[in-house]
Formats: sequence, structure tokens, C-alpha cells
Amino acid sequence: MTNTLSRTRSTGAPPGRRPPGERPRSPWRARLRGQRTLLLLAAPGIVYFLVFHYAALFGNVIAFKDYVPFQGVWESPWVGFDNFERMFQDQAFWQAAWNTVAIAGLQIVFFFPLPLALALLLHSLARGRIRALVQSVVYLPHFLSWVIVVALFQQMLGPTGMFGGDVAFVADVLSNPDAFKPLMVAQIIWKDCGWGTIIFLAALSQVNNDLYESAALDGAGPWRRFWHITLPALRPIIILLLIMRLGDILTVGFEQILLQRDAVGPEAGEVLDTFVYFHGVLGADWGYSAAAGLFKGLVGAVLVFAANRIAHRLGEQGVYK
Amino acid sequence: MSSAVIDRVLGTAEERPAWQERPRLATRIGKVVALLGVCTLIVVPLLVVVSTSLASPDEVTEGGGWVLWPTEPTLQTYQDILSGGTITRSLVISVGITVGGTLISLFGTITLAYALSRDHFSLRRPLLLMVLFTFLFPPSMLPSYLVVKNLGLLDTYWALTLPVAINVFNLVIMRGFFQALPGELYDAARIDGAGELTVLTRIVLPLSKPVIAVIGLFYAVGYWNSFFHAILYLNDSSDWPLQAVLQTVVTQGAALGGNTSDALSDTGALAAPQSYQMATVVVAIVPILVIYPFIQKYFTKGVLTGAIKS
Repeated sequence: MTNTLSRTRSTGAPPGRRPPGERPRSPWRARLRGQRTLLLLAAPGIVYFLVFHYAALFGNVIAFKDYVPFQGVWESPWVGFDNFERMFQDQAFWQAAWNTVAIAGLQIVFFFPLPLALALLLHSLARGRIRALVQSVVYLPHFLSWVIVVALFQQMLGPTGMFGGDVAFVADVLSNPDAFKPLMVAQIIWKDCGWGTIIFLAALSQVNNDLYESAALDGAGPWRRFWHITLPALRPIIILLLIMRLGDILTVGFEQILLQRDAVGPEAGEVLDTFVYFHGVLGADWGYSAAAGLFKGLVGAVLVFAANRIAHRLGEQGVYK
Repeated sequence: MSSAVIDRVLGTAEERPAWQERPRLATRIGKVVALLGVCTLIVVPLLVVVSTSLASPDEVTEGGGWVLWPTEPTLQTYQDILSGGTITRSLVISVGITVGGTLISLFGTITLAYALSRDHFSLRRPLLLMVLFTFLFPPSMLPSYLVVKNLGLLDTYWALTLPVAINVFNLVIMRGFFQALPGELYDAARIDGAGELTVLTRIVLPLSKPVIAVIGLFYAVGYWNSFFHAILYLNDSSDWPLQAVLQTVVTQGAALGGNTSDALSDTGALAAPQSYQMATVVVAIVPILVIYPFIQKYFTKGVLTGAIKS
């Protein structure tokens, strides 16, 4: 911007009074020509987004088609909303949708508050060294793959595991359909509870200590200080994270569940993402599972919009303006 | 638990600000117990896995499939799985994908982030919006699969890297870092007649080492840990990376399947496959443990926390 401004100024002629005979320069194109290097630098990334995001987004049209692989996306016949009608009458689809929402709900109730609690605990530690050590330990599981986390759980709870071998109640936790949903939540707690503290700890470190001090001098006890200083300071972040989780309520750890679905069968272990995978990729029912995937994406987007609206109503910033 | 121990963990009175009450003993014990509990829950499974992998097959069988502390630690299982065979091959593949993928990702992320960080770039806003929009509508599995298939990338390692090459979140962090560099640097370079490419390679990149390191590590961990794309895009399981091979072990329960055990069959150790499984798990964890301290180093510098907030 500044660049063009200085260039027009240097010609000496005020804008609008061009010397006669000179063709009106297209400022937009001229400016871009000077930015050829920037365009070239942006190109690989932009091509990536066009191909793997936008073209893929366009690929959703097969939800309205009877997609046959050898005919391709273009040639396959249109079927209107047939796939969606079939989907809404499919017991297996609703079961998968229910399982998804149930697991996400359990996560929000039992997993969501834990990083906050752990962050408050860590924040209350005066000793920097010990705190850093504990932080190193609790962040670590986040960086382990789901394959490894599931293997660890098997080594602990499975029939040949540390507890599963001796305690009969534990032995069938991994294959008991009724225990599947709590197990999924327990695993995500193990993996990501520590990692989730980072954002809260960052917010806690921003709180002005003078606030605590003057509140304490005015006679506010630890609980009142927590309620009137700490919690309001964390409120925007709690609401932001909650919005993001609500918008993503139809997504529950695809890799995690894919690894363990077969141990309990689809009735307890199928979620929307695995439904798409098993029907579409493995079952070759392309259009149908694309419809399920599109449904999931649209509902997710609507939920983000709605949750963001609610956040604005509450006077919070939300994810975007 | 003596009061001295608690003081060591939670800090003594002198370290507490004057206005803060001395917490009650019960509270302080509760805190220490909670912290120890959390750390135990994380460390013990890892310890059992490492111990089991180091124990002899006989000891594992005796222990019922697990060992907390091996009496006679041996590296025999590691020698077996790393002396050729499925695990060795998949390990090499994993390293290749991780290194190659990280380089591709860093290249794409740095170049685009730089272009989007320059204020005078006329297409900055539209392109930024275009990128951020994908945050709301991430591509779903089947359409992505069709794109990969139509590009002819099925059964190639490109399919494991290109579709996930740029992460929007990482891009935004990188861009934020570039924008936060002092503007005088850019001005000075411009006066010296340096083009954008020179500015990027000579000035911006050397100053951005921390953010490049941490984002590179994030990409590397992502590539190392992913198994689903391999299963989705690579038909032949002999092309699979380590995590995908390990996945067959995990989903098939305790039995180490025939396709993963050609390294084991001639050792006659199938009676106690547990130590082999656990050795494989350890091999998959070790690279993470090796780079983890480096990632940690940058958390403390606030590279991430600052960016997360924006």
C-alpha cells in the first residue's frame, strides 16, 4: 500500500488529472506485477488449498449422485436427495449419530473441566522446578499416537495386562460394549488432560497479581478471590473452548475409535466418521457415505455459527466477529 | 508424608506472597497426592511397556504378560525386531515419510505465511479469507479420497504427505510470528534494494528459527504418529509405516499377527509375543521422547502460547 502511494506521489500529478494521451493504468494489475515474487511464494500453498480443500469440498457433489468409480464424479447419474432419504431411514446411521453425540457429551461433562482443574492446581504451585517437571510429564501423552495410547491401555487393562489379568472386573473393560463410551473418555483424559492445561496456564499467568493482593487486603478469602478474580479472567477462554467443542460435537476421535470399534461391534462403537469409512471406503457405497459426511459437515458448521451467536449474546468475543 | 516433603513440593512460607494465607495441611497434602497420582497414571504404563520389552520372554510369560521391573534386562527383542523384517522396514518408511513430509510442510507453510504476512500484498486479504474458510469446513474423508485417487496418488507416499501438507493452525502461527518482526528490518532491506526472496531467506528465516523449529516438530510428530492415511491410501501393507503396522497388532488384540511377525518366527519366541509388541511400541515412542525436550523448550519461550491467544 505505502509503496503505491509513494509511487503515485512521485509522478507529481494529482490523481484524476492525467496527462492527455496516456492510457489509464490499471492500478490493480500494475501493483500485482510488482508483486510477482510474493505471488510465486504464495502459489504452492494456494494450490494446496485449492486442490485438497476446495476441490475436495466440491467432491461432496457425489452425495447427490449414485457414484460409480469407473464413471467418475462427472458422469455418475444424479439421484437428488435419495442418499439423504435413505440415510434418515437407516437405523445404523442414527445409532452412529447417537454414539457420536453421547461420547461428545460425556467428554464435555467429564473431560472438559479437568484441564482447568489441573491448571489451577499447577498454577498454585510456588516451586518453579517441580511445576516444570510435572508439566513435562503431563504434556507428554499428547504427543503419543492413538495406536500407542490404545496399546498402553491394553497393556494395563487387557487380559494379559497389569490389572486385567488379576481383576476380573477389569478384564473385559476393553471388549464390553457398555464400557466403550466411558473408556473412550478415559483415554482422551489420559492423553490430553495435561496438554489442555497450557491455554489455561497462559491465561492464569496474565492475571494481575495486584488484584489478588488488594482483594486479600480487603478481606476476601481464597474462595472469593477465585470466584471474583480467577474465574472471570478465565471466562472468555472457557467459553471459546466450549464453543469450539460444541461446533465439533459430531467429531469424536476418529483414529481412536477406528482402532477399537471392532472390539465391541458397530452398535456400541460406530461413530459418524467410522460410519463413513466403513460404508464408503470399505463398503464402496460412495454416494451414500458422502451424504453422511456432508450432513456431518453442515451440522458442524451450523453449530459453530449458533454457538458463536450465543457467545455474542452473552457478551463474549467468541471465535470470530 | 512429612511436612518438609510437602514444603519442598509446594513451596515454603518465604516463597508465598505476604497476603496469601498459609494453606491448611489437609489442602497441601491433597495437592501433593493429586499431583503424584496424575504423574503415576502417566508414568506407570510407560514404565511397564519399557520393562516388558526389556524382559526375557520367559519372565513375561511368568508375569502373565507384563513386567514392572525386569530382573535380567535383555535387548534381545530389540535385536530381533531391528535386524530386518517387517518392523525394520516400516521403521525406515516412517522415518522417510516424517523427514520428507516435514520438509514439504515447512516449505509450503513458510512461503504462504510469508506472502500473507506482507501488508502491501494486494491479494493478502482474499487469500487469507480463502485459507481461513477451510477452518470452518474441513474436507471430509470421501471427497479427499476422491481427490487423491483422481490425481493418481493412490499407493504412493505422496498421498500421505500432500493432502495434509499445510495445517491452517500452523500457518496462522507462522504468519503471526512473521508479522511481529520489527517493520524497520523490512524497510532497511528495501532501501538496500533487496527483493522479497532475499528478505525472506536472509532476514526473516534466520530470525524465525524458534517458530520454524517448533512448527517443524509439530509437523514431524503428526507425520510420525499418523496411521490412518497409510491404511486408507496404501493397498499393500508391506508399504506401511510403523504406526500402521503397530495398528494391526493393536486391533488384533494380544496375538501378534502373522504378517507382522516374520522377524519373530525364526526366534521361536511366539510363545511370549508380548515383549515383541512392547518393544515395537517403544521403538514408536522413542523418537517422540527424543524430540520432546526440544518442543518443551519452546513452550516456555511462549512462542506457542502467544500465538494461541491470537
